[in-house]
Amino acid sequence: MIRLLAPAVIFILIAGFLYVGLYKDPSLVPSPLIGKPIPTFAATMLRDANKTVTDNDLRGQLALINVWATWCPACKEEHGTLVQLAEQVGIPIYGLNYKDDREAAIQWLHDFGDPYVLNVFDDSGRIGIDFGVYGAPETFLIDEHGIIRHKLVGIMTPQVWQTTFVPIINQLGNTVAQQ
Amino acid sequence: MKLLTAILIFVFTSCALHAEIITVAPEYEDRYQDILAELRCLVCQNQSLADSGSGLANDLRVEVKQMLEQGASDEEILKFMSDRYGDFVLYKPPVKPRTLLLWFGPFLLFVGGIVAALTIIRKRAIAESFSEFDETEKKRIQNILDKDD
Repeated sequence: MIRLLAPAVIFILIAGFLYVGLYKDPSLVPSPLIGKPIPTFAATMLRDANKTVTDNDLRGQLALINVWATWCPACKEEHGTLVQLAEQVGIPIYGLNYKDDREAAIQWLHDFGDPYVLNVFDDSGRIGIDFGVYGAPETFLIDEHGIIRHKLVGIMTPQVWQTTFVPIINQLGNTVAQQ
Repeated sequence: MKLLTAILIFVFTSCALHAEIITVAPEYEDRYQDILAELRCLVCQNQSLADSGSGLANDLRVEVKQMLEQGASDEEILKFMSDRYGDFVLYKPPVKPRTLLLWFGPFLLFVGGIVAALTIIRKRAIAESFSEFDETEKKRIQNILDKDD
């Protein structure tokens, strides 16, 4: 009996592991930064090269930090959703303009709308490294103490907002108007 | 669909680029190469930081070079990377509850295989020694065994 069952059990175990593995996206890597404060930085603002912005300017309220660039096609796809979130939900969105060209980025905001409270201009990508950025677009949810609560790698959509961000925000005990 | 194609083309071409050569002072060269071989590139996940041509890999190579020149130890550099990108970037992840199966799974399979092999060999040996008896002897043995039950 065991002789018959053992291979079957082993097969089911291995098949089970492989089956689960089929539906996991290997490009989604859990960020070690969840639950930690946003990294410190100092940079210029996208719209004004003479103005400095630091991590302290991003703390103080529940907000999103969105990593984007004009060279990133997926960023364009999610841009409408960000504008919608800024207008209808009213959550502050800070931009981290990542390895981009200043003029091109300003033009982009002019053309497609500007959902950002302000934009950090990270032309070298060094701030992105501290944020563990490996593929734009990425969106971080930070609480009022500047602690990172969630990180989305990929495109923000109304569905993603509703199904992943809203529950986390509700858990944090903040009331953000639902879409 | 068009967008998907565009993204795929972008992703694959950026991975297919050659890694830009960054020159490191000769006294750091060995450590520099060793550290890069220890780190996975998150953009092109089947490549190490040494091989990957992605823009991020280039930035991280520069970062490793600068840290070496500032006197950082190998451990400090690997920790710098895993603090930002997670244990996944380390080809040798640290031993902790989550990675126990990863580290010791193959050893368990090996021991399991040996145990299974030994069991089968022993069973065969017993069966073979049993077959040395002739028919009447086998019946007698069977009777004795049955009585014991």
